[in-house]
Amino acid sequence: MNLTLKIWRQAGPNDKGGLHTYQVADISADMSFLEMLDVLNEQLNEKGEEPVAFDSDCREGICGMCSLMINGEAHGPEVTTTCQLHMRSFKDGDTITIEPWRAEPFPVVKDLIVDRSAFDRIIQSGGFISANTGSAPEANSVPAPRDKAMRAFNVATCIGCGACVAACPNGSASLFVGAKITHLGELPQGQPERWSRVVDMVGQHDHEGFGGCTNIGECAAACPKEIPLDVISQLNKDLRTALKNGH
Amino acid sequence: MAVSGLLFIGFVLGHMYGNLKAFAGEESFNEYAHHLRVLGEPMLPYSGFLWIMRVGLILALIAHVASAVILARRAAKARPVKYAVKKNNGSSISSRTMRWGGVTLLVFIVWHLLNFTIVKINPSNGDTGGDNPYHLVVDTFDTWWMTVIYLLAMVALGLHLHHGTFSSLQTLGLTGSAVSRARARAAGWVVAIVVAGGFSLVPLFVLVGIIEK
Repeated sequence: MNLTLKIWRQAGPNDKGGLHTYQVADISADMSFLEMLDVLNEQLNEKGEEPVAFDSDCREGICGMCSLMINGEAHGPEVTTTCQLHMRSFKDGDTITIEPWRAEPFPVVKDLIVDRSAFDRIIQSGGFISANTGSAPEANSVPAPRDKAMRAFNVATCIGCGACVAACPNGSASLFVGAKITHLGELPQGQPERWSRVVDMVGQHDHEGFGGCTNIGECAAACPKEIPLDVISQLNKDLRTALKNGH
Repeated sequence: MAVSGLLFIGFVLGHMYGNLKAFAGEESFNEYAHHLRVLGEPMLPYSGFLWIMRVGLILALIAHVASAVILARRAAKARPVKYAVKKNNGSSISSRTMRWGGVTLLVFIVWHLLNFTIVKINPSNGDTGGDNPYHLVVDTFDTWWMTVIYLLAMVALGLHLHHGTFSSLQTLGLTGSAVSRARARAAGWVVAIVVAGGFSLVPLFVLVGIIEK
């Protein structure tokens, strides 16, 4: 298939940037979206032009490195990551607009690459449990109720890609923070630091410059791991409990 | 935002109920209006209950608008560069119109208070109704464009309540499961339809001449 691509090009963090139009021909429907961009970059290399910079790593939908706002949808039209999006989701002759995640705490490094260190700093502020090092404890020594374990596991699938922030009209990272709060808060190992965790993580979230949540729901629709909106409710509930108890 | 919003939901439910007294006739409606002023007497002075309500509502309004301004400013700061293309996949129209809808409601509320409380503007014959609020209501809604303004405001109110009810429950952390979230969404529909629909009945029935002087 033949496609018209409108891609955000930006030489560096301080460059103004803008959308540039490119044509790609003979794209196979079996290619992944990133492979299609690889084809474009080979063309650009041959012409001696600067290739389009974009993030990717595992290319199997589990690392959270790839991003891209594709025709106004984070990770494109399917519920998956950009690397697992295939060109069969598009039609011959389509025009595809590709932009980086847009958020003040995710500054553009180059072209489609943004710096998501803000998420790392949120995790550092409380998204962990403190455990003594040594040999691994016996797996069943700390029993966890099945429903709680399942909920923790389901939201632990968050890969921190930032699609929630990219899709949110408020530029909020509440779904990401809520996923971490729920993941650790449902398990026995997460209890000792539960209340300081939520206060610290929300504080860091706000400090990074992410917006406030107004429960619009774009985040959950964009999430490639289908993290549900109720983690934000859990986040609010834990925060309320923590503040009430003086944390 | 959530707490002040829930106070407003309680208020509009009560207000809507009071308006329906218009169906019981002039005497009943005016009696209800009078009763609001003497409610709590002799423990409270004349209009004491109303003033407690008014002060409470003004404080809730300040909290509500202040939260909205803070959230809107944070949102603008969090995304200084807009997308060239952006689709909405998971959000209702009501959730995306909260800010402008809220401003619309604020403008409407100013007009509504001038119309019925502060100045008592009678668009048909200039008669303020004196001690007869029923006459002011009928005269107002006998004017077709006034009914249109009020009905449009009720559309805005319905949208605001649809998302606001759900959002307040979510913000208070009461929607921690798929079931409770679905119930909160349903509550949004019920509150929006009951309040906006209930409020719309009196203007409509005045306009078609069923409620009359």
